[in-house]
Amino acid sequence: MRLWNRLQSWSRALLRRPVTESEMDAELSFHIASYAEDLIRQGMPRAEAMRRARLEFGGIENTKEECRDARGVNAIESILQDLRFGLRMLRKKPAFTAVAVITLALGIGANAGVFSIVNGILLNPLPYPHPEQLVAIHESKPNFPEGSISVPNFKDWKRNNRSFSKMAISRGYGVSLAGDGESERLQARLVTSDFLSVLGMAPKLGRDFAPGEDEIGAAPVAIISDSLWRRKFGGLPSVVGRRIMLDERGYTVIGVAPPNADKLPGSFQGTDIYIPVGQWDTDAIRSRGAGLSFHGIGRLKPGVTIEQARADMASVTHALALEYPLDDKGIGAALVPLRDEMFGGIRPALLMLSAAVIFVLLIACVNVGNLLMARGGDRAREIAVRSALGAGSRRLIRQLLTETILLALLGGLLGLALAWWSTRASSMILADTLPGGSGIGVNYKVVAFTFLIAAATGVLFGLAPAIKLLHSGMQGKLKDGGRGSTRSSQNTQNIFVMAELAMALVLLSGTGLMLRSLWALQDVNPGFQPEGASRFAVSLPSPMAKGSPEAVRSRLREIRQQFAGTPGITAVALSWGAFPMRGDDETLFWLKGKPRPASESEMNWALRYAVGSDYLKAMGIALHRGRFFNDRDDNHSPLVAVIDEEFAHKFFNNRNPLGKRLELYGNPAHEAEIVGVVAHVKQWGLDTDDKEQLRAQLYLSILQQQDEAILNMARGVDVIVRSALPPSLTFEALRRTSSRMDREQTVFGMQTMDEVVARTMETRRLLVALLSVFAAIALLLATVGIYGVTSYTVGQRTNEIGIRMALGATRGQILRSVLGGGMLRALLGIAMGVAAAFGLTRLLSGMLFGVSPYDPITLGSVAVLLGVVAGAACWIPARRAMRVDPMTALRYE
Amino acid sequence: MPPGPKQLELLQGTLDMLILKAASLGPIHGYGILLRIQQLSKDRLEIQQGSLYPALYRLEHQGWITSEWGESENNRKAKYYRLTSAGKRRLQAEADKWNRMADVIAGILRTTPEQI
Repeated sequence: MRLWNRLQSWSRALLRRPVTESEMDAELSFHIASYAEDLIRQGMPRAEAMRRARLEFGGIENTKEECRDARGVNAIESILQDLRFGLRMLRKKPAFTAVAVITLALGIGANAGVFSIVNGILLNPLPYPHPEQLVAIHESKPNFPEGSISVPNFKDWKRNNRSFSKMAISRGYGVSLAGDGESERLQARLVTSDFLSVLGMAPKLGRDFAPGEDEIGAAPVAIISDSLWRRKFGGLPSVVGRRIMLDERGYTVIGVAPPNADKLPGSFQGTDIYIPVGQWDTDAIRSRGAGLSFHGIGRLKPGVTIEQARADMASVTHALALEYPLDDKGIGAALVPLRDEMFGGIRPALLMLSAAVIFVLLIACVNVGNLLMARGGDRAREIAVRSALGAGSRRLIRQLLTETILLALLGGLLGLALAWWSTRASSMILADTLPGGSGIGVNYKVVAFTFLIAAATGVLFGLAPAIKLLHSGMQGKLKDGGRGSTRSSQNTQNIFVMAELAMALVLLSGTGLMLRSLWALQDVNPGFQPEGASRFAVSLPSPMAKGSPEAVRSRLREIRQQFAGTPGITAVALSWGAFPMRGDDETLFWLKGKPRPASESEMNWALRYAVGSDYLKAMGIALHRGRFFNDRDDNHSPLVAVIDEEFAHKFFNNRNPLGKRLELYGNPAHEAEIVGVVAHVKQWGLDTDDKEQLRAQLYLSILQQQDEAILNMARGVDVIVRSALPPSLTFEALRRTSSRMDREQTVFGMQTMDEVVARTMETRRLLVALLSVFAAIALLLATVGIYGVTSYTVGQRTNEIGIRMALGATRGQILRSVLGGGMLRALLGIAMGVAAAFGLTRLLSGMLFGVSPYDPITLGSVAVLLGVVAGAACWIPARRAMRVDPMTALRYE
Repeated sequence: MPPGPKQLELLQGTLDMLILKAASLGPIHGYGILLRIQQLSKDRLEIQQGSLYPALYRLEHQGWITSEWGESENNRKAKYYRLTSAGKRRLQAEADKWNRMADVIAGILRTTPEQI
């Protein structure tokens, strides 16, 4: 109530200021007039009475001012006054204002930019209702803490758990959509019925999958994506109920998914079409032990925590392990909050960027703070006059801070423009490289953050100079020419310079270490030679997947021969299953001669590559022992296998494995003879492969795959080519070769192997690029800072230098004295920085590769770089000092 | 109103309470408050005329009194103050405090050596 009164009184006073002022005048004159009338009534002459009344009332202006104070108007009035005054001061010194605003814009802009990334990725809620209830679900098994879920296990998990309101699994799947003319390759997603509704989404047109529609044998239905609907079906509602041909099979379109379903968790590619799991009628889908790349999502019931759900799922999987020991022993459920699943990997990089820009901002603050201090000489006189005229110290500090906050807000405005421009310019890269990157951009939260940080910045860099200034202004600066700055403000400036050099050094060291990690990674041998190699996929005409395996085999042979005969191509190989740095596929096995393990969990795992002859040549993988596959290793010859050096080391302890036999688990189990040993390939990426548990690699001949697998290859098989031609020409030539063979046979998804490798380092490369920009800004600002302070010192010492020169000091001595002072500051700052870097770079160790956080070369070269730059920044003012003319300097005094 | 020979200076902090009391007796303008306090004190209190208005503005800002323009007895426009309900409570509290304080002080001052 009283607050309301005050607000009313403030707003009345501000908005109706002329009215309240005249009301106050009227009230006071009524008082004086009434008193005068009383005096006249007592017999005093009119003129005398008026005089007396005024006299006894006291100072009217003073009273009015007190009244304004009492109403709290003055606080707001004086802020407006400070703002006007501040703007006038900034306009009067355009050079100072420009330097300060640009410096702050760099610091604040870097923060706004990084915040817009952090906000877009980490702080944005997932675009689903109650996103906190969403959980990613995996099957944990030996070697695979987050492996794929078998369909029978999923059904039991869904039925037996008490924590989830809904649960679904899905996986990507390629299909061909037959249409007018050439058939089109679509990115399909095999889903269980609840898939969209788990996320809280419903089709925008038509209906969702019904329960049971995902069973094997159910009628073929599909939901198409919004983008496919617009692209292929003209956005017409009549698409619902239409029949479409996918892989030569008729499906009824029952609905259109909402637009935001295209980018779903777990699939960085958009999905074109959703198909129920049951349509994929294979033996494997009925097998409890099969890992078929299915991963799940679930929605927790309201109020259920993830820990409770974990405990619940633990008992569910435990019961299954007892019921199906052969398949489910050692199998658990791994639950990860969906947000962590999507963004957990990017978090350290974002934290690092945030730390970097905070350093940049602090350096910018120090620089502007120093500028203010240097200018303090001029201002001290003004402050002295104002305080002599009765301005209180709080009032003066408020005025100085208003000025600095104004500066910071101007810097913030410019910084926001910088951030807006740079995130827009790089939005494609960001959206491509970072998960959830499409949400990055300047929005109202970023604007609010920027102004908040700008205001805080204004206080941060303004407070110390303001206090210093006030201090010196209060000590009667009136008599002094207003020139001498005190020793203490000089000390503060020195400390500031050292601090900013130290911070720049830490930032540069961190960036240097990350850069060295990137270089080290680029030198890592991936185990194959990416240069000159490319990969793409071929899908055979759809009917072949339903035809005879022998026809597919002979087509595969023909593809290899035709492609290899294309001019410019030096090697061609087919590949199916795992592919380095792109996808993995595993198999269980045991060594022949040892008893068959009782359950799957006691067997061994290996990465499985089904490849054709010339694979080593196309990929550029070294053969260590024995031989690799040739075209005669087909279904008519005994099974052969090739292992990598890791496999040989792990299972044969480097004894000769050639001629040894493996029992490959499957239906039925089959045995293969090891005929060769090849170099290890970094399946899991250049930086993480060494840390993975599953590294043993097993190659099988593609032509010896079982019939079911061969038929699946008709949907899409990888081709690796090595060619002397540029990638685009290679692809074009092979596309022509392919369509000459068969118009219904499509080639798609071309990537050079260099791109495959680069893709694994994209985030790291982006991080290093951003860090480098920030480190460069930090270096620039620190250089400007040390230059500014040194030249300011020279300006202050002009008299002294003149006198010393008049007394016979040589120019060399002057130069050494100035340079020495500047360099001492710089070296102290660098030493502080090295000490700080030793403490802080340790935090990076998780992100470094092939370089120690204390790497002396990096730290040393950064220190030398800063030393040289600081030296140059001191050299220029030192030379100016050397050229001081003693006569001028003394006359100036 | 020149200070009479026997006038007392106002004790610090009591002006607000006296204004509230004066306003509690019915709507009244600033000059009237001054006169009313002097009349009630039988001319024994001295009030600086200039200090009255900042105090009025402060009390209004705090929401204890409220004001409106009206006609004075000599047909001039004058600003009339009256107590708000919060002001009434405030006056009650201030008066209670003052009376308790006065009792305590008086008790101390009445003390004779025999009573120790």
